[in-house]
Amino acid sequence: MSGPVSKVMTAEEVVASLESGMTVGIGGWGSRRKPMALVRAVCGSALKDLTIVSCGGPDVGLLCAAGKVRRVVAPFVTLDSIPLEPHFRAARQSGAVGLTEYDEGMFMFGLLAAAHRLPFLPIRAGLGSDVMRVNPGLRTVRSPYDAAGRPYGGAGRGAGKDAGEDAEENTEENTEGSAEGSAEEEGEELVAVPALTLDAALIHLERADTRGNGRYLGPDPYLDDLFAKAAARTYLSCERLVDPGGLAGPPQTLLVSRMHVAGVVEAPAGAHFTECGDHDRDEAFQRHYAASAADPEAWAAFADRFLSGDETAYRDAVRRWHEERAG
Amino acid sequence: MSASRAEVCVTACAEAWRGDGEILAAAMGTCSVLGARLARLTFEPGLLTTDGGALLTAEPVPVGAPAGPAEGWLPFRDHLWLVQNGRRHVMMGASQIDRYGNTNISAIGDWTRPVSQLLGVRGAPGNTLCNPVSYWIPRHSTRVFVPKADVVSGVGSDRAAELGARASRFHDLRRVVTDLGVFDFGTPDGAMRLASVHPGVEVGQVVAATGFDLVIDGEVPQTRWPVEEELRLIREVLDPRGLRDREVRA
Repeated sequence: MSGPVSKVMTAEEVVASLESGMTVGIGGWGSRRKPMALVRAVCGSALKDLTIVSCGGPDVGLLCAAGKVRRVVAPFVTLDSIPLEPHFRAARQSGAVGLTEYDEGMFMFGLLAAAHRLPFLPIRAGLGSDVMRVNPGLRTVRSPYDAAGRPYGGAGRGAGKDAGEDAEENTEENTEGSAEGSAEEEGEELVAVPALTLDAALIHLERADTRGNGRYLGPDPYLDDLFAKAAARTYLSCERLVDPGGLAGPPQTLLVSRMHVAGVVEAPAGAHFTECGDHDRDEAFQRHYAASAADPEAWAAFADRFLSGDETAYRDAVRRWHEERAG
Repeated sequence: MSASRAEVCVTACAEAWRGDGEILAAAMGTCSVLGARLARLTFEPGLLTTDGGALLTAEPVPVGAPAGPAEGWLPFRDHLWLVQNGRRHVMMGASQIDRYGNTNISAIGDWTRPVSQLLGVRGAPGNTLCNPVSYWIPRHSTRVFVPKADVVSGVGSDRAAELGARASRFHDLRRVVTDLGVFDFGTPDGAMRLASVHPGVEVGQVVAATGFDLVIDGEVPQTRWPVEEELRLIREVLDPRGLRDREVRA
């Protein structure tokens, strides 16, 4: 056999490679293309005290319900067509989980920073809002440049060949702007979003090959490639697994490269009940999930019926549930 | 032709984008989405609108309808980048809004252990710092119009002023549209002012449904009625199923 070795694993093997206390990123967005098969496997494991980094949906909800979560890092948690996630609400309202709440842009910049090995990235978003109050660890930075990219303070750049010229321009600028006062002598204050570095990431795409390359078929890549790059190791589940070279389609839909993937899992309907390119969201089942989650007894019955077996058992149970409803 | 309250709300929302030119009209909530698309079909043809998902549609489409031909692609990441770029005026919702337009979609009560966990701040902090922002609030009540937002996700005029002129130079709070009237912040200290009441609404009704002192500047005008062409577009083109009436009851 030539070329890279197969990275095909089972969901159970993925979970066995994770450890309690890890920071785990989860791809998708709200109730869209969530790696639910992998999430269900985590729920059935002995893992605990996880920090979950996610544009949250039922992934966050299920993990909270299963008692796997110590902290959530998210700009929101929602089921989209149902605005509020019942398990996440319950976990927050009982104080069971901590929350690092970021603006969406901040969240993406945190992933971008981690993906590019930067300790932080500056952003305007967050200033003046309670994001600064509820995240006391957040710091701000002062830009060393003005809005046109010119450095403040003539000597800032050292003895470089262009430094004198820059300094001269800068002095003129400062003279012109002196009526604005000394605040203009220093740079704009921006939020320094710390890198969202991940021990592991879980993502789900419609297609993948056995080497761990992945293609998405829907209209939105979400932030999945950033999760993959921000993580020490990424596990990719897919609707359908193909041989190397078998990922036919437009090259720009090849979202995730094997260089960032540690393991690939074939998981048909592995995003259920969230939407992905091969399937619409199962709205009826999502309503059943949300209604069950609102009541402890109903939730126990739901968990027993749908979450006590493996993925084959899950798919069978969902199929039977739909058949019963159809009468 | 007489218009329903919901139809008055749609045109009042549409008015928020008047004069904006070639930018993204981002909208949340039925009347707001209808307003953005109506503005594009009538007095603000340069606006860009989405299918509610990742596509910029070649023409404004009915609510809930397939996108049809796309003229652009705006997946979530690009939408978040566009917020930073600035060519966007968003009309958001709010679970709480206070006198200075600080809004909350995050949590009710103490943030540490909320009485009611809501969505999370989503894009509200960045939206308000980086883009023109308006709000659409379908049910005006003292539950929403509160003296102080429990958690500030969207930055209001007083907090923007505290940040200083430079840090808040892109902060641009435009208007609030509710089922009762239209509000702006064109007062010396940036407090909310009643700009107009919808036809059939008394000023006293608005005051009673507001949990803080609303600025009322003399005679309050009436929100304009939709014109006939607008009513035709709302009823026959953009919302033939009448989804607007589910959001704002007659």
